Amino acid sequence: MKIAISSGGDTLRSEVDQRFARCPYYIIYDTDSGDFEAVNNESSTAGGGAGIQAAQKISDKGIDAVISGNIGPNAFRVLSAASIKIYSGASGIIKDVIDKFKKGEYKETGSPDVNSHFGMGRGN
Amino acid sequence: MIISVASGKGGTGKTTVAVNLALSLANTRLIDCDVEEPNCHIFVKPDIESRRKVSIPIPQVNDDKCDGCGRCQEVCAYNAIAVVNKKVIVFPELCHGCGSCSYFCPLKAIDEKNKEIGIIEAGRKGGTDFVHGRLNIGMMMSPPVIREVKKYIDKKKTVIIDAPPGTSCPVITAIKDTDFIILVTEPTPFGLNDLSLAIGVVKKLGIPSGVIINRSDLGNKKVENYCAEENIPVLMKIPFDRRIAEIYSGGDVIVEVLPEYKNKFRDLYKKIEAIINNKK
Repeated sequence: MKIAISSGGDTLRSEVDQRFARCPYYIIYDTDSGDFEAVNNESSTAGGGAGIQAAQKISDKGIDAVISGNIGPNAFRVLSAASIKIYSGASGIIKDVIDKFKKGEYKETGSPDVNSHFGMGRGN
Repeated sequence: MIISVASGKGGTGKTTVAVNLALSLANTRLIDCDVEEPNCHIFVKPDIESRRKVSIPIPQVNDDKCDGCGRCQEVCAYNAIAVVNKKVIVFPELCHGCGSCSYFCPLKAIDEKNKEIGIIEAGRKGGTDFVHGRLNIGMMMSPPVIREVKKYIDKKKTVIIDAPPGTSCPVITAIKDTDFIILVTEPTPFGLNDLSLAIGVVKKLGIPSGVIINRSDLGNKKVENYCAEENIPVLMKIPFDRRIAEIYSGGDVIVEVLPEYKNKFRDLYKKIEAIINNKK
């Protein structure tokens, strides 16, 4: 299973970024092999529609699940349509988050938890 | 001549300047392009003679024809389309109505359906023509409404455009292709900061500009010093005058209550005319 975690940096020691669509990096982790790669998030500076674009890219990469701090309504809609599982409310070091995820400590999120533009610093 | 009135900061006096300038001159057309919150009409009180709806074409995907190739998503510059699991998802609130998706669809599976996003009202008050646009509540796309309002520019008249505040797309849509930009500011740190942002935009557009300092006897001299350093003419100063505040609060027009201001606004126009003629 391939999971994408919104991250502030490009290593497993980086912190989870609270913004799904406007985070600087995604850590893509393969739970079967234990391999990971950090990818730049080109949507982080999108003028508008960052959530849609980010979710599209995640879907194109064949990701099975997404872990982040918060997910907005547009990203939620696209990820759901792509049958990608969504786990929000995560925080802390990426490595710890992966361990918690493997132990099944996160529950799937049923609805978006922030409004549009949360990731632009406008609050919720 | 087309003069646009803009500012980085909101609440500096754009509408006051636009309305008073328009009502001080002959053969003018005042166009309120602040379509998210037009307010020139509160002061001008025009008789509205025509109303027209503004729509943009929103894509409608025909699922029987669409094979989910994703071309529409690739060409959408506004991230208004996602294609996952071979299904197209359209986000109409992000759509600018550019038409790229339907144009590039290889299977011609996209039709366009008009979505009403705003209204234009036109009328007059005395010798001044009046036009404004109003974005419908809940809509986010103001530039298409601004572009429609700007079609009312009549080059045979002196056109005064009241722009929205800020420095983003709606402002640029309102002020581009005008002959001169008046930037209204106030002598405060906020006024200076946002003026310098607006000057950055104006310089990129390459349109001649000048500054009006409103409430000019408040605050400090930093705005004036900045204008001198940047070689931007200060065209007019409007003092912090209780009478002006009362006129404004009552929804009245300065040049109608204090006729001496009519000459000040005519002088402003002459200065602008001189700057433009010098550039030619």
